[in-house]
Amino acid sequence: MAEFLQFFFSGITVGAVYAMVALGFTIIYNASEVINFAQGEFVMIGGMTSVFLLSAGLPLPLAIALAVAIAVAVGIALNVLAIEPARGASVVTLIIITIGASILLRGLAQIVFDRQFHTLPAFSGETPITIGGAALQPQALWVLGGALVVVLALGWFFTRTLMGKAMRATAHNRLAAQLAGINVRFVLMLSFALSAAIGAVAGVLVTPITLTSYDAGAMLALKGFAAAILGGMGSAAGAVAGGLLVGIAEAMGAGYISSDYKDAVAFVIILLVLFFLPRGLFGGKSVERV
Amino acid sequence: MPLPPRRWLDDPRRGGLAALALILAMLPLVLSNRFHFDVAIHVGLAAIAVIGLNLLIGYAGQISLGHAGFFGLGAYGSAVLSGTHGWPPLLALLASALAVATLAFLVGRPILRLRGHYLAMATLGMGLLIFMVITNERAITGGPDGMSVPGLSLFGYALGSRDKGAWYALVAVLLLVAVWLALNLIDSPVGRALRALHASEVAATVGGVDVAQHKLIVFVVSAVYASVAGSLSAHYGGFITPDAVGFLHSIELVTMVVLGGMASTYGAIVGAAVLVALPQFLTAFHDYEPVLLGAILIACMIFLRRGLLPGVLDLVRARRP
Amino acid sequence: MSQKPLRVLGAGVVLGAAAAVAAGSAAYAQEDPIRIGSFLSITGPASFLGDPEQKTLEMYVDRINADGGVLGRQLELVVYDDAGDANEARTFATRLIDDDEVDIIIGGSTTGATMAVVPLVEEAHIPFISLAGAVVIIDPVNAWVFKTPHTDRMACQKIFEDMQARDISSIGMISGTGGFGTSMREQCLEVAGDYGITVVADETYGPRDSDMTPQLTNIRNTDGVEAVLNPGFGQGPAIVTRNFAQLGIDVPLYQSHGVASASFIELAGDAAEGVRLPAAALLVAEDLPADDPQRDVVVTYKTEFEEQWDQPVSTFGGHAYDALFIAVDAMERAGTTQPEALRDAIEQTTGFMGTAGEVNFSPEDHLGLDLSAFRMLEIRGGTWTIAD
Repeated sequence: MAEFLQFFFSGITVGAVYAMVALGFTIIYNASEVINFAQGEFVMIGGMTSVFLLSAGLPLPLAIALAVAIAVAVGIALNVLAIEPARGASVVTLIIITIGASILLRGLAQIVFDRQFHTLPAFSGETPITIGGAALQPQALWVLGGALVVVLALGWFFTRTLMGKAMRATAHNRLAAQLAGINVRFVLMLSFALSAAIGAVAGVLVTPITLTSYDAGAMLALKGFAAAILGGMGSAAGAVAGGLLVGIAEAMGAGYISSDYKDAVAFVIILLVLFFLPRGLFGGKSVERV
Repeated sequence: MPLPPRRWLDDPRRGGLAALALILAMLPLVLSNRFHFDVAIHVGLAAIAVIGLNLLIGYAGQISLGHAGFFGLGAYGSAVLSGTHGWPPLLALLASALAVATLAFLVGRPILRLRGHYLAMATLGMGLLIFMVITNERAITGGPDGMSVPGLSLFGYALGSRDKGAWYALVAVLLLVAVWLALNLIDSPVGRALRALHASEVAATVGGVDVAQHKLIVFVVSAVYASVAGSLSAHYGGFITPDAVGFLHSIELVTMVVLGGMASTYGAIVGAAVLVALPQFLTAFHDYEPVLLGAILIACMIFLRRGLLPGVLDLVRARRP
Repeated sequence: MSQKPLRVLGAGVVLGAAAAVAAGSAAYAQEDPIRIGSFLSITGPASFLGDPEQKTLEMYVDRINADGGVLGRQLELVVYDDAGDANEARTFATRLIDDDEVDIIIGGSTTGATMAVVPLVEEAHIPFISLAGAVVIIDPVNAWVFKTPHTDRMACQKIFEDMQARDISSIGMISGTGGFGTSMREQCLEVAGDYGITVVADETYGPRDSDMTPQLTNIRNTDGVEAVLNPGFGQGPAIVTRNFAQLGIDVPLYQSHGVASASFIELAGDAAEGVRLPAAALLVAEDLPADDPQRDVVVTYKTEFEEQWDQPVSTFGGHAYDALFIAVDAMERAGTTQPEALRDAIEQTTGFMGTAGEVNFSPEDHLGLDLSAFRMLEIRGGTWTIAD
């Protein structure tokens, strides 16, 4: 039991990060039908920027706030410079653009920062909490709590605010939303800003556990995309569930089956789900215009 | 798949094929050393894989983010069969291609039922699984450090990897064959059905096209193109590592298709040439290489959305009165 | 790397041409600079190897040139970044050999990149000093290939010697699945028996994994584990070390020479306390006794590197330092950069004192280091100390 609990703690912590990356994918996808492969780079920018601002002498909270702000600026720049001009391009073209953006951001990061690994001090110490014989890092609670806050805040934003409702309307039917007077371009920009912010927050929270470097985003993007697909592309609840599921499946796979094929576990599940439930666990929209 | 020769003789596209043959024949005049030949051979090998992938992406409208998996299976199949088991390289190449075709056929049906991003994810997952198996099964594949591959010998004639002239000739001929087969496929009933499918799958289905069957054929054909290119690359390089199977290589192949221009067979060659040669020109910029590469990708996708070759041709046409 | 008959045939076909090119370039080369080619993993997952290697090569080539060069000629360094991709490494090596026409190649940060280039230099007859770790590079010996870092097999032997001295006979292993970790894991499993050591738990983790708690839990729950060994490099070992401490596993933890840089201590934090690893003397330069024959060279390199680049020295840059000065030494003894003569001179290197230890090459040994060059270090008070 202690063993199972240990794998579980490990899984939900990593899963919470996947979930936040998957949420970023989902928000941008809903606003623009773009799969943003640079999503992992927001996580990296959040982590690396706060590391460097901290070492430049800024207090941690200020460093974090600035790091998130910088990630948001990068997200908006990405939208304005690369996504907006390619409006109406095919899915494949847009995928290549975001992959190009992720290569570019990674390249910039290794010039602006460096090519070393870095870490942040854990927010509330490193003495593990023992629950049922399993050790839980205090920082993991920060990650889980952070993910929860992000999810709740998004839920409130999308259901209770005018802007959030506008974004949902745009996701549902872009043309109708535009006719109803919603500024679709602003919605698109906001979706990039929001995704970047969530990614950066995830990056800051997780850096004390996983460390960070200029190329930390690449694998996160793949896993986050997998999580989003598993949950059903476009569904926010699905993204969170998908992220946690991928994280837990990996940890259980590494613990109980074989650590060699740990990464394979997630992708095998996804292939099976896609073969038997082609729209993911939570379904997505499936309208095709002829 | 290839149609009777009579049809081909009527094909107005043979002009393009003749032009390509002429370029390939003249190119050695400007390639001044082995390194230049090396780059040209790499371009040719990549182009073969890209022409196949272009059939899938450009004509059938189906994305694959896992094609390096097929490329890698071909490469490792050749390496293991000809190296470890001592098979003749040509036989190893054909056996690998057959195995890849079978695999593509088996996974093709469930995968190709998916659309858009789900298809992207499924092919990506498939590619990653192949990558993981090749990386982990160290006893067979040498693991992450890779394995050596014997040189290619065809009908008793051995080609060393520094035998650039012979390799160039071989790759050039195979490239012409690859283009010819692709053009024929595009012009066949399958090809016409595919173009209908690309325009609108629903409409094509209503119009009586056996969508699933046609998609599957193209998927298998494109996998075989990748496998053959992989086998040849392995023999040419003399050493193979899992990098060739990785996600980044899949992305590179897709980028070559899109860069050259989707649904443009000759464009695929241009895309391969640009992406293989570009890093060689960027070495002077050292640290800025990834930044430039990323920026060039984005810029091409925005300003030459139809791809380099069709895009440039459009510009040329637009200038004419 | 067994030479297949086919390859030998292929080599024969181009041998004449290669020799002609080599002879041609040697004939008019007296006025030209000596060209040193290099392909390194300056970016990508192995950048922490390539980065200090590149800095070391650039810095010392400049210094040598400022002092008048070698054989009265200036050195010209051509560096390409293979980003850790073996395929790119091979293309760049072709470029170095055929386009840049270099006299010698120093490079290959990773084993994969090195092995991809070995067939090329063997066919082209260009001396090649590799900076990568695995034993396959020099065993069996390739005529034109040398290397400067200790092998992973030696690291295993050094670690097991130390375990033996501490009466440890049953261990758990957790290895990275990158090239370095996989290769070292295999070597360790092979030689463990020689030291009476049984590996009772054998786990792995991926190169970009961010949490190794499940694997370590399995090791903790295995009966009779008296120590844990972690072959791997990059951020993985730092995370393993932290998770190890968080799980409260109270047996000794051994790391490999792959983490022998200050950033490991920084990343692992307090958890690194008490960790042991085999490494070159470079990390403890100032602690070496005054009569240690290595002291001069390691103190000099450490001081000069840290002054120039304002970052802590690592043993990886040291491998590049050794390779460059072995090459320079051989050029001076040969009096030429003609490939055959240069290769022979490198092979005749004896008593060369480098950052990794005393190098004695021979036709049968293209590594030339023995176990004595390795020191067992322990991290105490946030810094390296000599454990034996």
